[in-house]
Amino acid sequence: MKFTYPISLPFIKKLCCFILLKSIFVYQERVMLELQHLKKYYATQKAVDDISLTIREGSIFGLLGPNGAGKSSLLRMVTGITMPDEGKIMMGGEAFDPVKHSRYIGYMPEERGLYKKMKIGEQTLYLAQLKGLSKIESMQKIKYWFDKLDMNSWWNKKVEDLSKGMSQKLQFVTTVIHDPKLLILDEPFSGLDPVNSEVIKNEIFELAQKGTTILFSTHRMEQVEEICEDIALVHQGKVILNGSVVEIKQQFKENKFRLETDQALNHFDELIIDQKNTTYTFQYKEPENAKQVLGYCLSHDIQILNYQELLPSLNDIFIRKVEGSAARTFSINS
Amino acid sequence: MNKIWLIIKREYLTRVRKKSFLVTTILIPLLIFGLMTSMIVLSLKSEQKQTIAVLDDSGFFKHKLDTSSESYSFKYVDRMQGESNKQLIERTKSDILLHVFPFNGMDADSILLYKEGGVSLSAKSYIGDELNTQYQIRLLESAGIDKVQIDSINSRSLQMKSYDLENNKETNSEIASSIGYAMGFLIYIIIFIYGAGVMRGVMEEKTNRIAEVIVSSVKPFQLMMGKIIGIGLVGLTQFIMWGVLMLILQLALPLLIPGLGESMHTGMPMSPDVQTAMQSIDENDKMKIYNAIMDQNWGMILSCFLFYFLGGYFLYAAMFAAVGSLVNEDPQEAQQLTIPITMPIIFGFIIMATSVKDPNSSLSIFGSLFPLTSPIVMMARIPYGVPLWQLILSMVFLVLGFVLMTWLSAKIYRTGILLYGKKVSWKEIIKWMRYS
Repeated sequence: MKFTYPISLPFIKKLCCFILLKSIFVYQERVMLELQHLKKYYATQKAVDDISLTIREGSIFGLLGPNGAGKSSLLRMVTGITMPDEGKIMMGGEAFDPVKHSRYIGYMPEERGLYKKMKIGEQTLYLAQLKGLSKIESMQKIKYWFDKLDMNSWWNKKVEDLSKGMSQKLQFVTTVIHDPKLLILDEPFSGLDPVNSEVIKNEIFELAQKGTTILFSTHRMEQVEEICEDIALVHQGKVILNGSVVEIKQQFKENKFRLETDQALNHFDELIIDQKNTTYTFQYKEPENAKQVLGYCLSHDIQILNYQELLPSLNDIFIRKVEGSAARTFSINS
Repeated sequence: MNKIWLIIKREYLTRVRKKSFLVTTILIPLLIFGLMTSMIVLSLKSEQKQTIAVLDDSGFFKHKLDTSSESYSFKYVDRMQGESNKQLIERTKSDILLHVFPFNGMDADSILLYKEGGVSLSAKSYIGDELNTQYQIRLLESAGIDKVQIDSINSRSLQMKSYDLENNKETNSEIASSIGYAMGFLIYIIIFIYGAGVMRGVMEEKTNRIAEVIVSSVKPFQLMMGKIIGIGLVGLTQFIMWGVLMLILQLALPLLIPGLGESMHTGMPMSPDVQTAMQSIDENDKMKIYNAIMDQNWGMILSCFLFYFLGGYFLYAAMFAAVGSLVNEDPQEAQQLTIPITMPIIFGFIIMATSVKDPNSSLSIFGSLFPLTSPIVMMARIPYGVPLWQLILSMVFLVLGFVLMTWLSAKIYRTGILLYGKKVSWKEIIKWMRYS
């Protein structure tokens, strides 16, 4: 005889899933931007080839990749400048509409651009008004930013009279003047001197703390490590790696540890791959190794001065991944 | 809409506020006027009279060449023993030596002219006319025809009047053709100057890389239209200012230089037909021409001018914008890419030049209906009177052409402005046009 549940099993499963998902959603931060299977083709190449990404609200998201990987093409679609050939962009839970959402987006293109002959004050006002700000609002914002970055004396100057660093600063101000919810920066640090680079970096951090979602592209890994929470590695129009910086580093760790002691170890020769005086680099082969090494030190009265895991830099991971896929394409071609 | 307005405002103000705008707006009418007045003043002043020494070995023209004009007079001389041509001119204090050898009529070597530094064309033609007149009189006389009779026959001619059947009034084709020519030429100039202005504006935005910043706030179409409308308004402003300035100068000039007002009318630039027509008419006819000018349907002409000015400008400005978006830093590239645009404009101008003479030829009718040439050609036909159906059809075609061209140009433009440092082939451009 068959026993039947008053409620069918699949239904309970669904219900459980729903509750689970709901609870995850409530506790997790909201999603600012969701890219679903985006594709963009140009005459000869696939600039963006089926990219899906999720960018959390208030996060700093780094888009990495070598030149020509498709980063700029992707960013242009997210700003509404170009339309994807296929796929969908969701912004704040609704379908992306360039006209409606341009007000909430600040975009600094890789190729910086301003009217060279226009006065700086007028130009900033014009660009702010184009974003939909009223004249009064614009003037308030301009005052705030010009005070903040010490630009008040620039008002009547023309862009062509500014130094490169100064005009970069101005470019940044015109990008954030309307308090965008989503700030898209294409290679924001390229061409900046260390001082201005620091200024812009601090402003980015400050904006992120205030809740601005920041999406930026770069090919310089050390910046990403410093600034980003999440990253996506793009190569030949595809995402080949995506996740938080911490996770990715964990994923690519090689079980290397560095141990600094006060005296020589004279043991574990098969685990030590590098040695400088009494600083040893271990390559563990199994989880037990850590216990063995540390236990040995304790039992032999060797003082541990420093012990840390050696995580690969993003640069290493990047090169490893790109070289891997380059090797693959090479082998396919040949 | 608000954003387009912002763009229009910027485009307009940045241009109008420039010093060069003020300079060209004020200087060009002054320049044209200065040129015109100086020409008139020069023509009023009589040139130095030249004396022509006549050495008549043939005896054919003896005492016949006694006429003298404002610039030339004849004087009979004899050669002294062993005197050269140069010495002869110096001794008789004359400027030109006319040496007539005994001749049989057909020999070019039998009449020679000498002058230090060469004989001018006007002197040669004046002397030639005088000699030929006398020659012909002598021939007529030898045929037994009286000179008085010939004069009275020559002074007679038949007069014609032409009527427009549609409007049932007298037409004046000379006036109509010159008005048509002026209007067509004006539109031709407008399209070139301001169309190129739009192209330069787009190129500037592309090379400055500001275009990408702007199109993240507004649609490319808005940016393009804002620019076209803004520059169009600059053109309109400039034209109105020119018109007002010319009017003021025209009114003020006779006060500044008395007696000049009368000759102003003949000094005005007009087509050759009108000039010859005007030379052969007396005061009474001048009044008639004045009436004929005033008789023109100016309301119609000016409203059509405004329509074709706007239509032609918008049609071509969109195309110029598309070309501007394709150009990288290389100006040579721009020149190459503008050829497909400038060709129809120039064709339009050529058709227009024939249309002012023959407004109802099939080429003229085609040119005035085809939207790429109609703004120029139709303006040449309107003073003659154009059938209403043709006018309406031409206007409809122009509006359709404008919509189509703007639509296509916008497609090229929005891709072109974001394409840096890449030369685009025509194949690709056509692909963009088809693309969504």
